[in-house]
Parts: sequence; C-alpha cells; structure tokens
Amino acid sequence: MIPAGFDYHAPNSVADAIKLLGDLGPDARLLAGGHSLLPMMKLRFAQPAHLIDLGRIAELRGIAQVGDAIHIGAMTTEHELLHSALLAEKLPLLVDGAGWIADPQVRYKGTIGGDISHGDPGNDHPALMLALDASFVLRGPKGERVLKADGYFLGLYSTQLEDGEILAQIRIPIPAAGSGWSYQKLKRKTGDFATAATAVLLQMSGGKVAKVNIALTNAGPTALKARAAEDSLLGKPIDEASLGEAARLAMGICEPTPDQRGDAEYKLAMTGEMTRRALQAAHARAKS
Amino acid sequence: MANTHQVSFKLNGKAVEVSVEPRELLIHTLREKLAHTGPHIGCETSHCGACTVDMDGMSVKSCTVLTVQCAGSELLTVEGLEQGGVLHALQQAFHEEHGLQCGYCTPGMITRAYRLLKENPNPTEQDIRYGIAGNLCRCTGYQNIVKAVQSAARKLASTPASA
Ligand SMILES: Cc1cc2nc3c(=O)[nH]c(=O)nc-3n(C[C@H](O)[C@H](O)[C@H](O)COP(=O)(O)OP(=O)(O)OC[C@H]3O[C@@H](n4cnc5c(N)ncnc54)[C@H](O)[C@@H]3O)c2cc1C
Ligand code: FES
Ligand code: FES
Repeated sequence: MIPAGFDYHAPNSVADAIKLLGDLGPDARLLAGGHSLLPMMKLRFAQPAHLIDLGRIAELRGIAQVGDAIHIGAMTTEHELLHSALLAEKLPLLVDGAGWIADPQVRYKGTIGGDISHGDPGNDHPALMLALDASFVLRGPKGERVLKADGYFLGLYSTQLEDGEILAQIRIPIPAAGSGWSYQKLKRKTGDFATAATAVLLQMSGGKVAKVNIALTNAGPTALKARAAEDSLLGKPIDEASLGEAARLAMGICEPTPDQRGDAEYKLAMTGEMTRRALQAAHARAKS
Repeated sequence: MANTHQVSFKLNGKAVEVSVEPRELLIHTLREKLAHTGPHIGCETSHCGACTVDMDGMSVKSCTVLTVQCAGSELLTVEGLEQGGVLHALQQAFHEEHGLQCGYCTPGMITRAYRLLKENPNPTEQDIRYGIAGNLCRCTGYQNIVKAVQSAARKLASTPASA
C-alpha cells in the first residue's frame, strides 16, 4: 500500500507553513505524526496533492507552565506527554489518557495536535480536552485566535479549524489542588481505539460534588460533553444513586455507530459503565 | 523524475543518500533500495510492528514513515545491532531463550526491545509487555519473547560497556 503521488514541503516556521497553506490552497494537507493521515492516504481515502510536514518546526513542540496553565505545542508527541514530569504532577489525567493511545511506536510519532485535529470520534484527546477545559490556539493568515475545546468539535472529521489555519498550541488550566481524575477506556486489544471511554475531572467539597467535567470518546460522531450528567451530580455525594443517574444521563446523549467492536446497544451500555467507573476512580482520588 | 528528492541519513552508522518520490515509504527504501531486509512487511497498516526500526531514538513503524521525513536522521535496523561479529545481547537472548518460532516478527521485536531497554534498563515483566505491545507475533510466542528481553536486560546490566 503506497499513497498516491504528492509534493512534499518541510517548512521551518509556522509563518512559512501558513504561507504555504495559503499558496497551495485546499489540495494541501498538514502532516504531523502521519499516523492517521498516512494510513488514510495508503488506502486512498485521502489523496492530497501537497503535504506540508510540520516536523521541522521547533516552535510547535514543548510543554511549559505559564502562570496557572500548561501550554503544549501541537507537535508534542504522545511519548513526550507520557514521560513529562510536569504533566505527571499538574495534569495526570492527560498522562493517563496518552498511555491508552495506540502502542509505543505510534506514540513516538503521533502528536496531540494531530489527534485533536483529525476528527475521528475514536481519537482520545478530544474527550480529554473537553474534560480538562482546554483551549486551542489557531494561527492563520489573519493572525491568531483562541477557541475553547467545548464547541470546537463539530462532527465526523469536522472542527472549527478553518482552511489556511494551523493548530499551534493547546492551553490547559491546571486543575484545582485535590481534584480527582480518571480516563476509563474499554478496548479489544492493545493499540485499539475505544469501544467506549469516559474522561472525568472532579472537585469535591464537604463530601459533595463541587465541579465535574465528563466527556465521552467514540459514543457519537465526535467527542461529547455529558452536560446533563454533570449537572445531575452537582451538590450531591458520589454514591450508587447519583452514579446510576449520571451514567443514565451520559448514555442519553450517545449515538454510537455499530462496528466490529460491538452493536449500538452494547456500546451504549459500555459508555454507561465507563462513566460510572471513571467517576468512581476520580472520586477515590479527589480530596473532599 | 521531476518530483524526486535526494534524502541523506545515517543507516546503522553509515551515511547513505537515496533518491525517492515523496510517497515512498521508509520500509521500501530500506528493503528495496538499501538491501536491508531485516525490517519485515507484515500488515502495512501500522498494526503489527514487523517493520519497526529505530529513528533518532524512537521506535517507529517504517511502513508509516515517508523516507523524505528521514532527512538528517539516524536510523538503526536489526542489521546494525551485531558489532564485530558479536551478536547484541538481545539477539543472543532471543536465541538462548527461544524467543522466536517462525522468526517473522523477530527483527521488529528485537529493534523495539533495544529502544525499550535504552529507556528502561531494568523493566518489570509488565513494563516489557506494555513496551512491546505494538509488536504482534503470529506464532504467539510472547512468553519466551518476554523472557528473552528480561535475560538481555540482566546481561546488559552486568556488562554496561556492551550496551
Ligand atoms: C495502530 C494505530 C492505533 C491507534 N490507536 C489510537 C487510539 O487508541 N487513540 C487515539 O486517539 N488515536 C489512535 N491512533 C491515531 C494516532 O494516535 C494518530 O497518530 C493521531 O490520531 C493523529 O496524530 P498525528 O500526529 O499522527 O497526525 P497526522 O496523521 O499527521 O494528521 C492527522 C490530521 O490532522 C491534521 N493536522 C495534524 N496536525 C495539525 C495541526 N497542528 N493543525 C491542524 N491540522 C493538523 C492533518 O492534516 C490530518 O488531517 C492510532 C493509530 C494507529 C496507526
Ligand atoms: S508492516 Fe508496518 S506495522 Fe505491520
Ligand atoms: S515468531 Fe512467528 S511471528 Fe513471531
């Protein structure tokens, strides 16, 4: 399996990459880790006339704390997320999530920006970004704009990224001290996409839920924020009754697609179960 | 052809230069242009790991890397592990522990295990299983593969110079 022919460009700066995107037009695609795009090109699901490789752009890499937030360059790899001491301390949910993605070889190449941009509902970062209240820095010919992850994912292979723009950076506020977190992912084998998965970030106060984010992977055409489930938990303890209600409400927003991983009913039930487990695990980690 | 690129990189320590179309995958360059047939083609869909090579300190599936992406890189294949007629500790351990049956997955397994031990010289069994999860063995000989990696880790720890 070999992709159809294309021209290859390897700019050294974001400015050059944006210029190339503008000059080459809609037949050009950005190449990050290539582990979603190249398989699609090999199968001829995608046949771009030009690839603009972001691999040589140093300014798109790196993880740093800036005030109360963590800034992550879009070309930072899963492997780098997984081995970052800063993230282990400040954003353990992201490290946990990255560890569930694909396999070691894919994690050396696959990038957080590529995973967010690809728009496959099976990608894990979109739900993690929703749970973490992330924002995305997009750069294009008209300058820079910053969009919230909540609302960014529009549907299958569709996000708010516009033609000519590049996702340059991900910004994530550091969760309050004592926050609990968990990513629960059911998959058939190592390296597989989720049959169902749920990301939770939870703050407790006096034994009651003070703040909670719940986001679902592969339960619909794009990552979903389980807002009704979140609302149902506020001000309540985490117990059998509140967990059951949250799982039921999370399942209520799902439209899973049947595939080799299961029929819709099974996937729905598993989304409920992953939501329950993620809430329990996050609760066990949260300080009251 | 107009749309060809001259790409230079280091392969097992030697400088090489190839002329490729952008769409050429690294596995084909290695096997067909550079006669390095250690990396195998298994699935071609980034699942099996038979094509694993080491690129700038990363294990990568060479069926999903464009050769043009390798300009300036340092690549290592299973052919580069033997030094002066002496097998690498991993190669020796796969032999001694019977870490292979048909041998098809073996070059990818060994190349992946090489990077794993560089990053974690003293892995637990769980670390090894997680670390080689991107390499499938159709003969399903995982138990002996894990034993071979453990054995090589012990050997390398006692003779750090050979690492
Ligand atoms: C065997 C296998 C198993 C996998 N399992 C999982 C899994 O369990 N979970 C998971 O989440 N993923 C999984 N993946 C996908 C993998 O993690 C991809 O690497 C990732 O989704 C895409 O990132 P990339 O850097 O490789 O992007 P690429 O493939 O290079 O690009 C993907 C898309 O995003 C666009 N793009 C890339 N970067 C940017 C940017 N900065 N700005 C704007 N657009 C951009 C590209 O143009 C392209 O359309 C798997 C892949 C394989 C091969
Ligand atoms: S041939 Fe490359 S992963 Fe199977
Ligand atoms: S030894 Fe036969 S595929 Fe692994």
